[in-house]
Amino acid sequence: MSTRVDSTGIKLGMWIFLYSEIILFGGLFVLYAIYFYDYAGYFAEGGKELSRFFGSLNTIVLLISSFTVAASITAIQQGKKKMSIGLLIFSICCGCIFLVNKYFEWGAKFHHDIYPNSERLVNGEPGINIFFGLYYVITGLHGLHVIIGMTLLSISLVLVIRDKITQERFAMLDNSGLYWHLVDLIWIFVFPLFYLVL
Amino acid sequence: MSESISFFNTPSPAHLKGMKAWLLTHDHKRLALMYMWAVLFWFSLGMIIGLLVRTELMTQGKTIVGADVYNAMFTLHGVIMIFLFIIPAIPAIFGNFFLPIQIGADDVFFPRLNLFSWYLYMFGGLLAVISLVTGQGFADTGWTFYVPFSVTTERNVSLTVSAAFILGMSSMLTGLNFVTTVHRMRDKAMGWMQIPLFTWSLYATAWVQILATPVISITLVLVVFERVFSIGLFDPDKGGDPILYQHLFWMYSHPAVYIMILPGMGVISEIIPVFSRKAIFGYKAIAGSSMAIAIAGSLVWAHHMYTSGMSDVSVFIFSLLTFLVAIPSAVKVFSWVSTMYKGSIEMNPALLLSLMFIYLFTVGGLTGLVLGAAGTDIHVHDTYFVVAHFHFVMFGGTGFAFFAALHYWWPKMFGIMYDFKKAYVGAVCACVGFLFHYVPMFILGLQGMPRRYYDYLPQYESGNFSAGLGGYLMVFGVFLMFYNLFMSFKKRTPASVNPWGGTTLEWSVPSPPPMENFVEPPHVKDYPYDFSEIVAESQKVKGKE
Repeated sequence: MSTRVDSTGIKLGMWIFLYSEIILFGGLFVLYAIYFYDYAGYFAEGGKELSRFFGSLNTIVLLISSFTVAASITAIQQGKKKMSIGLLIFSICCGCIFLVNKYFEWGAKFHHDIYPNSERLVNGEPGINIFFGLYYVITGLHGLHVIIGMTLLSISLVLVIRDKITQERFAMLDNSGLYWHLVDLIWIFVFPLFYLVL
Repeated sequence: MSESISFFNTPSPAHLKGMKAWLLTHDHKRLALMYMWAVLFWFSLGMIIGLLVRTELMTQGKTIVGADVYNAMFTLHGVIMIFLFIIPAIPAIFGNFFLPIQIGADDVFFPRLNLFSWYLYMFGGLLAVISLVTGQGFADTGWTFYVPFSVTTERNVSLTVSAAFILGMSSMLTGLNFVTTVHRMRDKAMGWMQIPLFTWSLYATAWVQILATPVISITLVLVVFERVFSIGLFDPDKGGDPILYQHLFWMYSHPAVYIMILPGMGVISEIIPVFSRKAIFGYKAIAGSSMAIAIAGSLVWAHHMYTSGMSDVSVFIFSLLTFLVAIPSAVKVFSWVSTMYKGSIEMNPALLLSLMFIYLFTVGGLTGLVLGAAGTDIHVHDTYFVVAHFHFVMFGGTGFAFFAALHYWWPKMFGIMYDFKKAYVGAVCACVGFLFHYVPMFILGLQGMPRRYYDYLPQYESGNFSAGLGGYLMVFGVFLMFYNLFMSFKKRTPASVNPWGGTTLEWSVPSPPPMENFVEPPHVKDYPYDFSEIVAESQKVKGKE
């Protein structure tokens, strides 16, 4: 009975899991919504301190990597193993670029004495403190998900190289790809909420 | 029934032997039993700690422990009972064991994920133990971890909430597994309206687990962040709002009480028709009300917060929604009672416990309305009335449903029968003890005794004293039931395939079931509670006599 592979079922499970991840971030977006209502002016002020250049760059990097992951799944479906490997490596590199950018962004903030419980935030306006508190929690948690996504993609990469993921059996790659799209999707919401806030 | 080898003798995967055949198993039945021993351990521990708390409260002033220990003890009791017993108990044990069999499947959809959930559960339990003995000791915040105290207390809150986080993840993954299993592994002949009601209730529960658990995860993560980084998201000095914590917490934790009660209701919906030899009254209404409770129950969280500071409009809306949840719950109770009406009732320990469930749950449900109404809630908020109400629904409800499930499915799980007489005595002691234990708390609450306090005024002493005595009787009854069940391993009176005359698929397979559950392909009935064959057979037997 159990020998057949039910890829629809595997996908269903994965979608439910992704849904739970969205709810996880949903809790944080609830916090954002309420504090935005309380401190709209300060949020706009805080948003100006963030680098729109880095934010946009990271958005583009993630969008491109989402495309290449999708392309690598199509490639494996068509049996083009080498192409799939290349696209996966490229996507993982994009993830790295994203994290490096994030590192420099956070570093610059730390340099300006903006980090949780820093003197500037504690003694400054409460609204600004909340804005940056949420900024660190949400982008930090998102960064963690980027790392998890990259790990999943790397595992898939190894499996593709070892021929464990093939034209007929690619559920693992498919699901890692879905996860990566989720990471991308959450960023699409995080980006305007922090960098483009009015 | 053709010969078959029970799952106890067939490891899965096949090459594993000894302990490994259990610890690395993919078999849902073995995992269910592994959950069972762990859950019973935590339940016994939680109950003993609860009893110590009540012993401390039996007399004024210090009785056995100091205030610090007392605070950690009631927190530990809450955390164990909520996260390690009542949330996993019925889904992880009986759900794992019987959900696949009831829908004619050979296992859950993700067997390895199932094993992973078990390890998460064990790891969460281990973390709770570690947080007991390391640092400044176990959290003293109560199981709700309210800010600002949970952020400022010296105790080991970070580790305790991490344990809760991991246990939440375990429960969510079990839910994910069940939903996928019900959708993808159901026997082709079984439509949605032929699914047994226990599976229906687990399906509804699973959705709540998936919907709500991530919210508590993020909330607990935020508590840890606040402790480590002092961000100030819930600290008014830094612009935060402590009430928001309560909202986030109850957004999960109120739906969580439906995670706790729905599987219990599913158990009762199985037991009542079997021992009434009569089709369940209102099958569709019961299945639908499970889903209705799951949906409506997700929208009532702020009724825990009438006194926290909310607009009158919110109070009104949340109170209204709370009353709405009572409707599907009452639909179930009336359906169970109507099932018994003119049935040919056969008394059995499982049925007796189910009847106790109905009575205790009804009291708990009705007193819930006292709390759901904004006016009366102001009077009894955070008093012993709440404690009594909560224990009536959770222990009197889910706890007794859990005992009923143990007695109902024990012969199927182990293939052996237990002694009825001790089971009856144990059940009656537990129920009588329960009433003596919690009814005084209703009165204490109405008189104004606050919950969680270490000490109290002299006028509350007699109530607390009798509650303590009732507690001892209750715990004795529960342990007698367990002892009786364990003694069945010694006597090993074999149980037949279908000792109770059940109609759902688990009663068509050997006791204990073989490795892939079914010896012959399952035969799905048009209606899962069709007792015509069972009744005809028993009449045949009587005719011969």
